[in-house]
Amino acid sequence: MPADWLSPADWQAVRLSLKVAFWAVLCSLPLGILTAHALARWRFPGRGLLNMLVHLPLILPPVVTGYLLLLTFGRQGAVGAWLEQVGIVLAFRWTGAALAAAIMAFPLMVRAMRLSIEAVDPRLEQAAATLGARPAWVFLTVTLPLILPGILAGAVLDFAKAIGEFGATITFLSNIPGQTQTLPSAIYTRLQVPGAEAQAGRLVLVAIALSVGALILSEWLSRAAARRVAP
Amino acid sequence: MSLSVRIDHAWPGFSLSVDVTAPPGVTALFGASGAGKTTLIRAVAGLLRPDRGRIAVDGRMLFDSDRGVNLPPHRRRVGYVFQDARLFPHLSVRQNLLYGRWFAGAGGGPTLAQIADLLGIAPLLERRPAALSGGEAQRVALGRALLARPGILLLDEPLAALDQPRKAEILPYLRALRDATDLPILHVSHDPQEIRTLATTVLRLEAGRVIAQGPPDAVLPLPQNAGVTLRATPRDGPGPGQWVDTAAGVLHVATRATGPLRLRIAADQVMVATAPPAGLLGATILPARMVGQADGLLRLAVGTTHLLARAPLDPALCPPADSAVHAVLLRDPTVLDAIGCTTDSPSQND
Repeated sequence: MPADWLSPADWQAVRLSLKVAFWAVLCSLPLGILTAHALARWRFPGRGLLNMLVHLPLILPPVVTGYLLLLTFGRQGAVGAWLEQVGIVLAFRWTGAALAAAIMAFPLMVRAMRLSIEAVDPRLEQAAATLGARPAWVFLTVTLPLILPGILAGAVLDFAKAIGEFGATITFLSNIPGQTQTLPSAIYTRLQVPGAEAQAGRLVLVAIALSVGALILSEWLSRAAARRVAP
Repeated sequence: MSLSVRIDHAWPGFSLSVDVTAPPGVTALFGASGAGKTTLIRAVAGLLRPDRGRIAVDGRMLFDSDRGVNLPPHRRRVGYVFQDARLFPHLSVRQNLLYGRWFAGAGGGPTLAQIADLLGIAPLLERRPAALSGGEAQRVALGRALLARPGILLLDEPLAALDQPRKAEILPYLRALRDATDLPILHVSHDPQEIRTLATTVLRLEAGRVIAQGPPDAVLPLPQNAGVTLRATPRDGPGPGQWVDTAAGVLHVATRATGPLRLRIAADQVMVATAPPAGLLGATILPARMVGQADGLLRLAVGTTHLLARAPLDPALCPPADSAVHAVLLRDPTVLDAIGCTTDSPSQND
């Protein structure tokens, strides 16, 4: 494969997408585990509401999510203005793309993790408690190791979804090469230019390869999770 | 060390109300399913919060509704062995055993080597729980609970899920454990045989209440249908009914007969008198000799055969072996059937 199979601009879009997805996964992982655990194990008022909120990005038109992000995290937005004062700018930066990707992929990650947590026998956690483990230790030494493959599966799925995020990103952050032009935005741009179909096609192949690879890995990890939990 | 429990707990359709103390040694909780046995030990472990009451181990208050004390399970130092061993599938046997020890911190108590030796699990240490048999898994669970340095051991029917050979494999280990420790051990079971093998005290529960407490032979029901079957042949005699000759002597039955009979003398129809009884109307008194005692029953040599009788509640009252006593039959024997019988030796169907 020649080195110029992808143009430097295309490579930039692929690298940016990988960077955005990586940080989106890394930052949402702890919150995802916590949310999945809360939804699977705890009974508290507002549980239904939390469940709905988590799933909202899956249901809403991505444009709406992007617009809401713009309203909230834009430079004039309630949170955005405050963040700018402490030196964090999200609008029209790759960090904003990571936020958008994290939020859009969050429901997928939480669903995968929640399923694996629900598969863990709570009686094992009870046994750990009678052996002297306080709840945080029960989680770290029993629950977490048992759901680790499930968490990885959720993270891989999250990563794939984050790479593909388009609607919310382009609404929230526009389409700036090197800052917010991720892989899907780049494909979209190439398709608007006459004669760039071949270029777009190569990016499409990259996108397909990444997605299918992630799906296979996620599936394999889920099976490993099931094997591990079965006594 | 001892355990004292006084709790009240109610659900719709069921209530538990007990006030008991368990001395060191094995205290068996005996009763049918739903009598409240598991509820009681779950309350001791802190897995269930009773409505009212107090629970203390060795003077250490685990739960006191009046003073608002309710220690969480991980601070109760209670060794709980569940019916399903509940070993951690992602840890090796060795890691399972040491799990609780890590939280118990430094201090005395048995070592891993001692426990592995006591329970015969040393060859299993590097295995995964999935590769253990039911009996092995239960022994590992027992060792894991012991190594957490508990103040009390709770055994929630640890043998109930095992078949007879596996039970027989574990019982000697439980006996060795009982004799090697001064922990109070609460042992939930509905198997009288298992309890007789292990327990020093029995609490008999029924519908959430303690209906009896004492040594196993005093509290456990007699083995069902304990008694002997005798062959009898009719003989002449006065009055209604029928006199018969048996290996135990001349007896009377209610029905007329012309040919051989089989009779049943249940253990709870036979009393033992150490002095010649007098003035008992309607009872048959036979000279007898003490043979021995087992499972809450006395075995008596009567005539050329044996009869079974209920043992006295206080073992001190039990006549010495080979002493002369009197077997008092409180009722006429039951006629089983009038056809030929194959044996006149004592049988005990339990």
